Amino acid sequence: MNKKQKRVLQRIIISFICILLFELISVKDYFEFFLYMIPYLIIGYDILKKAMKGIVKRQVFDENFLMAVATIGAIALGDYKEGVAVMLFYQIGELFQSYAVGKSRRNISDLMDIRPDYANVEKTDGTEEKVDPDEVEIGSFIIVKPGEKIPIDGVVVEGKTALNTSALTGESVPREVDVGDEVISGCINLTGLLKIRTTKEFGESTVSKILDLVENASSKKSKSENFISKFAKYYTPAVCYGAVALAVLPPIVNLIFFNISPQWNEWIFRALTFLVISCPCALVISIPLSFFAGIGGASHEGVLIKGSNYLETLSQTKYVVFDKTGTMTKGVFEVNGIHHAKLDDSQLLEYAALAESYSNHPISKSLQNAYAQDIDKSRVTHVEEISGKGVIAHVDEKVVAVGNDKLMKSLHIDYHECHHVGTIVHVAIDQEYAGHIFICDTLKPTAKKAIAELKHIGMKKTIMLTGDMQNVAFQVAQDLGIDEVYSELLPSDKVEKVESILQAKDNKEKVAFVGDGINDAPVLSRADIGIAMGALGSDAAIEAADIVLMDDDPLKIAKAIKISKKCIRIVYENIYFAIGIKLICLALGAIGIANMWTAIFADVGVMVIAVLNAIRALYVKNL
Amino acid sequence: MKKTYKIEVDCANCANKMEEAAQKTQGVKNAVVNFMTLKMIVEFEDGVDPKEVMNEVVKNCKIVEDDCEIFL
Repeated sequence: MNKKQKRVLQRIIISFICILLFELISVKDYFEFFLYMIPYLIIGYDILKKAMKGIVKRQVFDENFLMAVATIGAIALGDYKEGVAVMLFYQIGELFQSYAVGKSRRNISDLMDIRPDYANVEKTDGTEEKVDPDEVEIGSFIIVKPGEKIPIDGVVVEGKTALNTSALTGESVPREVDVGDEVISGCINLTGLLKIRTTKEFGESTVSKILDLVENASSKKSKSENFISKFAKYYTPAVCYGAVALAVLPPIVNLIFFNISPQWNEWIFRALTFLVISCPCALVISIPLSFFAGIGGASHEGVLIKGSNYLETLSQTKYVVFDKTGTMTKGVFEVNGIHHAKLDDSQLLEYAALAESYSNHPISKSLQNAYAQDIDKSRVTHVEEISGKGVIAHVDEKVVAVGNDKLMKSLHIDYHECHHVGTIVHVAIDQEYAGHIFICDTLKPTAKKAIAELKHIGMKKTIMLTGDMQNVAFQVAQDLGIDEVYSELLPSDKVEKVESILQAKDNKEKVAFVGDGINDAPVLSRADIGIAMGALGSDAAIEAADIVLMDDDPLKIAKAIKISKKCIRIVYENIYFAIGIKLICLALGAIGIANMWTAIFADVGVMVIAVLNAIRALYVKNL
Repeated sequence: MKKTYKIEVDCANCANKMEEAAQKTQGVKNAVVNFMTLKMIVEFEDGVDPKEVMNEVVKNCKIVEDDCEIFL
């Protein structure tokens, strides 16, 4: 609690004790009035002051005015206790609200506690200096000790360590980095000393971008938020005029038409309960709070949502369109099998890796990765690259030909076809076929589960778009259980496909596109919701997407949708609950059933419940 | 041109009122008040002096909500 809140709390306690005491000693008439004025002024002086100021500035329809009129009215009618109680509970409600809001503000900024306070810059003479990250220039060398946050994006030039990326990605397994690896700011260095050459300024670094994004997220307002602020704008004056009408009309009607006692007191009292009920606070606070909590909770799980409006749209998503490479697959080639080998699998791989050791092609990289041992390039001579076919090289005095079927044909070597879908690397040693290595882009381990999960949470259709060949695309779609697949698409074709999907569906059903952010920017912005995946460090993707998944786990797609659904459900619960209770209480108040205590519940009680409900949106870990 | 200002305000409805008051100020193209992060993002019209406009914005906000603060 801050100072302001503590002061209010003291006032609440003092006036509460006063009221309790006055209950015990029964006093009458004027003396009672003066006694109750003590707690009333203690608890309500600031409200009265604000109400006065409001009247002077002709801003009458605010809560302060409502509360001042209602309580003064109640006191004037002789209901001292009710008058003071209304003010007391109003203040309790306000205190609770400001405490809850402050608390969730802090909670969320704690979740996003990735802002580095300093950077250790290594100066040219080798000494270290602690400076503000903002002052570090591109190309500076910074030192990050174990336990410290990496302040600025850069490349490791010395040292080797494990990084905790959980604040950024929600991923709890540390990431190993070595010399030459790129590192992003916001990660925590766990084990070793790192020296990093910065590649960006602090303002352009990942951590600044993410903070900026999360902090400004709730500025893009959702339809529900706009609805509520509009509602509040008309609702408060409407209820006030209603209260005036309730206070004046029935007595006049009684007097003129029925010629009975006007019962002024009774109707004015009913009008006052009206005013107390009318306060729109529960609605106005709980809706943005729900969104804020939802966005905060999501960012803790590695899902960055750029605005409340996107959270709303995401919850209405019924069609999920994927890119294949990098989204459902790892986007890197891996050796997935060795077939028809005439010699040991490992030996075949060794020859292939050695022969390809001078190439930078992704295929040869994957061979070298699969071989996983240091390559002694001195064993390789006479390397001849045949473009579009493969490589012929001498390895240990043997002629090794590594390449596709075209290479085998041109060398007149008999080879075995492979029935797998992917890239086949044939190997021939001394003009003799030695077998082939099957290489393909592997599916992410969670891809299949991710699709099943999306189906489970009610997606109507999952669609995959890819530039890859048809047979590969179909294989992947079948393995994963994707409903529709379109292959051999150029980037512009992808936009067209998404457009035709957009046209075909019902207006209320939204289409989300998930891509890895590379070449996807037009599609990301064309779909109702663009989700960029594994986008850490990729500026273009963060720019173009509405939602950014910080790690590249496709399961997070379903998670993001679940988070949005939970948040929106809470928002609607609050809207219906708060408006519903208020309307019921207004009706009861008008016919005289609801008394001042019901009115207090309708105001403060509803607000407390709505705020507590809103905070639930923060807890999304186990969704 | 867009600028972000830190604000201080107690209730969400007051924040909405500030937003409306800021939007109505001459020279302001659009204004968004974010109660949760206590920020006001003001988009100015072309060719106006943000400082002068912001003084007006503060004045207008003070009318609708006396208890508010905008840190210029």
